[in-house]
Amino acid sequence: MRFLSLVFVNLRRHRLRALIGVAGISFGVAAMLTILAIVTGAIGMFQSILSTDSHYLVFERNVSDLFFSSVTAEQLAAVRQRPEVAEAHPMLFGVVSSPGHPMVTSFGIGKDDPRLARGEWVAGRAADFGVRPDEVFLGARAAEFLNVKLGEPIEIGRSLFKVGGIFKNSNGFEDGGVFMPLAMAQDFFGRENVSSVVAVKLRDEREGTLFKAGLEADHPDIIALENREFSQSYSSFKILNFTAWAVGICAFFLGGLGVANTMLLSVFSRIREIAVLRVCGFSERQVAVLIFGEAVAIAAVGVVCGFLIGFTALAILERVPQFQGYVQASTSGPVLLGIVVTALITAVAGAIYPARFASKIQPAEALRYE
Amino acid sequence: MSDRGNVIVSAQAVVKSYDDGRITVLHGVDLTVRAGELVALWGASGSGKSTLLHLLGGLDVPDSGQLRVCGLDPSREGDRLALRREHLGFVFQLHNLIPDLTVEENIRVPALAVGSSVAATLKRVRELATELGIEHRLAHRVQDLSGGERQRTAICRALVNRPRLLLADEPTGSLDEQTGDTVFGLIRALAEREKIAVILATHERRFAEQCHRIIGVRSGLLNEV
Repeated sequence: MRFLSLVFVNLRRHRLRALIGVAGISFGVAAMLTILAIVTGAIGMFQSILSTDSHYLVFERNVSDLFFSSVTAEQLAAVRQRPEVAEAHPMLFGVVSSPGHPMVTSFGIGKDDPRLARGEWVAGRAADFGVRPDEVFLGARAAEFLNVKLGEPIEIGRSLFKVGGIFKNSNGFEDGGVFMPLAMAQDFFGRENVSSVVAVKLRDEREGTLFKAGLEADHPDIIALENREFSQSYSSFKILNFTAWAVGICAFFLGGLGVANTMLLSVFSRIREIAVLRVCGFSERQVAVLIFGEAVAIAAVGVVCGFLIGFTALAILERVPQFQGYVQASTSGPVLLGIVVTALITAVAGAIYPARFASKIQPAEALRYE
Repeated sequence: MSDRGNVIVSAQAVVKSYDDGRITVLHGVDLTVRAGELVALWGASGSGKSTLLHLLGGLDVPDSGQLRVCGLDPSREGDRLALRREHLGFVFQLHNLIPDLTVEENIRVPALAVGSSVAATLKRVRELATELGIEHRLAHRVQDLSGGERQRTAICRALVNRPRLLLADEPTGSLDEQTGDTVFGLIRALAEREKIAVILATHERRFAEQCHRIIGVRSGLLNEV
């Protein structure tokens, strides 16, 4: 038996109490993992829509959300005319409704947009995109949940279209979206001659600074950001990320209260035992280390259980048909490390008062009434 | 008795009260105990025996007076921990063992506090357990022991760090007569063998009479009997 094995003796002795603490941390970990993975995945999907085969994104300056951004046809032409630009692909975002599905993402894109060529065509051909004025194209999952096939009519908004083609896309948002030729989308949404963003591919990536400075000088109403820069500064991403961490930390706060409660009960139920340890030569610090050790052990088991619960929940959510593939969990080393560190901090913070209480137990007082 | 050895305990004019001075338990007591002495603090319940033991063991501090135990001042925070770790062993009326630990693990607890080597501690545990006749119980949990075996385990625990002074507070108080006799006999034999001083708080005359000295404790005052 070593000093720290006393930690496990107490946890074994009060299994149910320890399990309540573990459950608190587990749910905190699982909640944080699930929320962060879903939000990170959503941001990743949205980012990949924007940055497909491009180096820069051009959009309206000071706009709160890309759905409200307007890049005019003149500005698009100016982008295309710049010598540094190899390709520029405008995209207009919108949300459409279809019977039984009040919100379906819509993308207005050009005929030469790379995602048409890149998609795995289930029905129809990329070459047919924009040929006929009454046709829309669907992501494979959108075709599935809208329950339509190639050539069948589909009601979008108050208009009736035909399905011109169906293609599979690895991006959840795109796979669940409706694609229209840019001009049709502008007409449909009443946003003549504008696009939401322009994805720009440069001839030489090293000319990015020159491109950005030149474009912004000529057109102060628009801004060009590198893809990486965009994902770091786009306010919606920041709000989503902040919200995810805030909700996760709140979940942990509840878990921390669970640990504090468990540890307090643990200390109160063995005041005499702790007094005996002090009599046997344990210092205040050693008693506190035992209590913190219990909290850390609870947190460690809680983290493992929480990851199991969280990853299982994510795997299930990704397969729930009602979510229509919008849940594409994404986890990274730093996020997982952040969760582990938050769990440990929560557990240790929850054990501060119990540890302090335990270390200050006066042996004579505790042993006076035998 | 005067040539038994060095002074282990020296108390002069020690006063202790509770409840903001309203209840005075010790009224300026003096006490000297030398190495190897077996001293009985004999008195009725509530006479102040346990309070004096707690003061000597640094579990509580006196209101006034001077205390020296094994050359240290138990009323000083800095000395108290060293005293408990290196010089003192405690045995209580209730054994105060840790449930769910085995006998061996309970005996080793004070050694964990000081970080003694595992091998040396185990050797000492076996030696003490054999001496007290509980070597066959080392792997058993405390819950499985009889009252006498539990108190023997508590005695082993008190002695595992080779203290110079054993403070025993009614160690036979919760045992039947025969078991009490055995436990007291073991304490006396071990004290002589290990050459340690023992201060035994008891209300039973028959145990007090077997000690080297009897100090009567009555209403917070001491007098040699």
